[in-house]
Amino acid sequence: MDDIDRAIINTLQGGFPICDRPFDAVAETLGLTGTQLRTRIGKLKADGIISRFGPMWHAERMGGELTLSAMKVPPERFDEVAGIVNAFPEVAHNYAREHALNMWFVVATEKPGRKAEVLAEIETMTGITVHDMPKIQEFYVGLRFEA
Amino acid sequence: MSEAKLDPIDRAIVVATQDGLPLVDKPYHDVARQVGVSPDEVMSRMERMLAEGIIRRMGVVPNHYALGYKFNGMTVWDVADEDIAEAGRRVGELDFVSHCYHRPRHLPDWPYSLFAMIHAKEKAGADALVERVAEVLGDLSRGHMVLFSSRILKKTGLRL
Repeated sequence: MDDIDRAIINTLQGGFPICDRPFDAVAETLGLTGTQLRTRIGKLKADGIISRFGPMWHAERMGGELTLSAMKVPPERFDEVAGIVNAFPEVAHNYAREHALNMWFVVATEKPGRKAEVLAEIETMTGITVHDMPKIQEFYVGLRFEA
Repeated sequence: MSEAKLDPIDRAIVVATQDGLPLVDKPYHDVARQVGVSPDEVMSRMERMLAEGIIRRMGVVPNHYALGYKFNGMTVWDVADEDIAEAGRRVGELDFVSHCYHRPRHLPDWPYSLFAMIHAKEKAGADALVERVAEVLGDLSRGHMVLFSSRILKKTGLRL
């Protein structure tokens, strides 16, 4: 990753235009052509430096449901349980964390009611209690990182 | 909270872009072809969904690990219910906090009600950020913990 890649990440975290030729529209401010910008974004994605490029959809505003859930997984069953949890397409993220509650995952569903079903199915399939921690109030979301 | 539901065209736009925008000269035209509407229709619908917050943001989502942020801490704070609004306001104003939420307790195992994510490249930096949160909360916090992530098990984002 060079300085231009860093500038792409820092600039395009703040937004991307909606217009006929959006890459051309932002490339110039980065000292690139639209084609060069697309190539670099493609490489950053392929290299895993950016995990997404495009719209970040907000499940709740779409009428769906979103929750954070935590489980206390016995270490010897960790990979098996991770496999069960991750196999649900509704599980958007899953992180191992250093705590007795050692598996934390986000469930995002399109239809109301499906969230409860997913959590119940995970409990049934694993035999482990799922702690449901839905958002009561959001004080801030502004996920940005300086590259 | 808006209860905006998606109509079938909006939904088709979500499906066409949930893996990302196509890396082509005219990406919205590409999406329009997949959805079967005009490019102007796609762009005006996406502008509307951005304004309504159905799209949180457009653009690049970096992998923070790949950028060197190896210490990603979920800091959790035991704050009395009557203090949560003030505590959330104070923590939400800190520029290094990427998310801040009020979530339910699960007593007796889990007394924590305020969640704030912090990110640092070194352990000492992460510890300093946690200390800053503790300072702004002061007596509003009755106890806290930091849960660092040790592994990403899955990170795909929303799927319809």
